[in-house]
Amino acid sequence: MATRLTKPWRPVDEIEGVLKGHLGVYQLANADDEIVYIGFAGGASLYGLKGEVSERVAELEDATQFRVEITASYMSRWRELMMVHIADTGESPRHNPPVKLGRMSPGHS
Amino acid sequence: MDLNLTEEQDMIVGMVRRYVREEILPLEFDLDPDADELAPEDKERLVEITKEMGLYGLGIPPEYGGPEIDLVTQTLISMEISQHRAGLYAPCYGTFGGAGLAQLFEATDEQKERYLFPTLRGEKRGFFGLSEPSGGSDPARAIQTKAVKDGDDWIINGSKLWISGADRADYGLVFARTDADKGRNGVTCFIVDTDNPGFHVRRIVHTLRSANYATELQFEDMRVPSTNILGEVNRGFAIANDRLTRQRIPYAAGCIGVAIKAQEMALEYVPQRETFGAPLSSRQAIQWMLVDNEIDIKQSIWITLDAANKANRGEPFRKEAAMAKLVATEAAGRVVDRSMQMFGGLGVAKDLPFERWYREMRIRRIGEGPNEVQRHVIARELLGASLR
Ligand SMILES: Cc1cc2nc3c(=O)[nH]c(=O)nc-3n(C[C@H](O)[C@H](O)[C@H](O)COP(=O)(O)OP(=O)(O)OC[C@H]3O[C@@H](n4cnc5c(N)ncnc54)[C@H](O)[C@@H]3O)c2cc1C
Repeated sequence: MATRLTKPWRPVDEIEGVLKGHLGVYQLANADDEIVYIGFAGGASLYGLKGEVSERVAELEDATQFRVEITASYMSRWRELMMVHIADTGESPRHNPPVKLGRMSPGHS
Repeated sequence: MDLNLTEEQDMIVGMVRRYVREEILPLEFDLDPDADELAPEDKERLVEITKEMGLYGLGIPPEYGGPEIDLVTQTLISMEISQHRAGLYAPCYGTFGGAGLAQLFEATDEQKERYLFPTLRGEKRGFFGLSEPSGGSDPARAIQTKAVKDGDDWIINGSKLWISGADRADYGLVFARTDADKGRNGVTCFIVDTDNPGFHVRRIVHTLRSANYATELQFEDMRVPSTNILGEVNRGFAIANDRLTRQRIPYAAGCIGVAIKAQEMALEYVPQRETFGAPLSSRQAIQWMLVDNEIDIKQSIWITLDAANKANRGEPFRKEAAMAKLVATEAAGRVVDRSMQMFGGLGVAKDLPFERWYREMRIRRIGEGPNEVQRHVIARELLGASLR
């Protein structure tokens, strides 16, 4: 299984048509494809990915694109995506609040 | 033979039970159902409480600052602290502290200063790196990670799979082959710092358990000084084996705690839930599930306490620990499964803890030596033959 999310970005106006109430992880990007937030829809989320992504996009003005991965392992996958992002860029996405994470050196997968 | 708890055990168990119910369970209402950590301020507050209870540092020998509590009582406590949603892999969210990697009690003074004491103070974390892609049931033969001597150092190359918590660890115990021709007598245990440039966490291995997840590691020309060998060269497997035997008792006890809680929830629910004009508790099919749960729980408790009692008295307990691990993991799996069934749809929803217990409990038959290997260990003890 690849460590990075590599699906194509979709404009946020497609959220309504594309997303459903699944559990999973998501990334939001700005118009330059820069990841600005990584989140998850967990067991306590109302309306799963659809609810979480819509809510976050409404709060973040620069989030213009999204992509998701449906997974029941949302907690470990979210931590993995955060650690991979830090390994790749040296920092957390700008809108993620500080969080205690481990350290990965994921290679190119 | 007195099978009753002593007054002191009764008091400690009651105190821990109250702590779980009054402090831990209410916090779980606001946590994600798969969470394995508390907010730092909650954890700090609760650690103060377990310290006041005199129970912080469970599993740490008293000479290293742990509480003066015998193994049987510790086992009874382990059966209490897992009685909540995250209890199987994050009992009370770590608020009782713990010994970390027990092998470090065998370390040199210098190693203790660098690794053991900071771990006991909660400043450092370690991982246990035994299993490899080539197999975990029979690590003595399967280990392919190699360490080659280079002056005063060793150069380690290879990989490890399924290693819990390595991404958040400061150091770990890595078992590597140091003599290709000597089988189990050719494996050495190295203490490895995770900021070593040759150390890599390549990925998370996503399993049924989101909490305390497993990782895949790779070592590329990882240079480790000889002073970081734990124990002796080529004697690492004995260190691994010792931990695995001891660990089986609290491992079993954790499963029992979850089974006790599942049964308690079922007992509370079935008299209230009515179908076809009568409470579920009036149906024999349901009653028998409760009876089978009770028998599974009771036999697991006694087998596990027997193992703890033998270990406490310094008697051989390898067979008893294997039996405890085997019986408790299988029985608790059945108890959780039956309890889910009694709750119907609610049983599989994330609103209740059963679905998490069901997923995580399944791992317990594989982790800490799979149950087939436990049967092998017991058979060897019974037959006196060597494990082949
Ligand atoms: C979530 C998770 C976390 C883990 N954390 C750690 C960790 O922190 N550190 C660590 O070192 N390891 C860890 N492990 C590894 C675990 O200990 C191994 O998965 C386990 O030892 C089994 O090894 P394996 O998966 O390679 O299976 P294999 O060894 O390939 O065995 C496959 C199956 O065959 C059975 N089997 C093997 N031999 C026999 C036989 N002679 N007769 C009959 N059946 C047999 C086994 O019981 C097993 O069911 C973890 C595993 C998991 C799933």
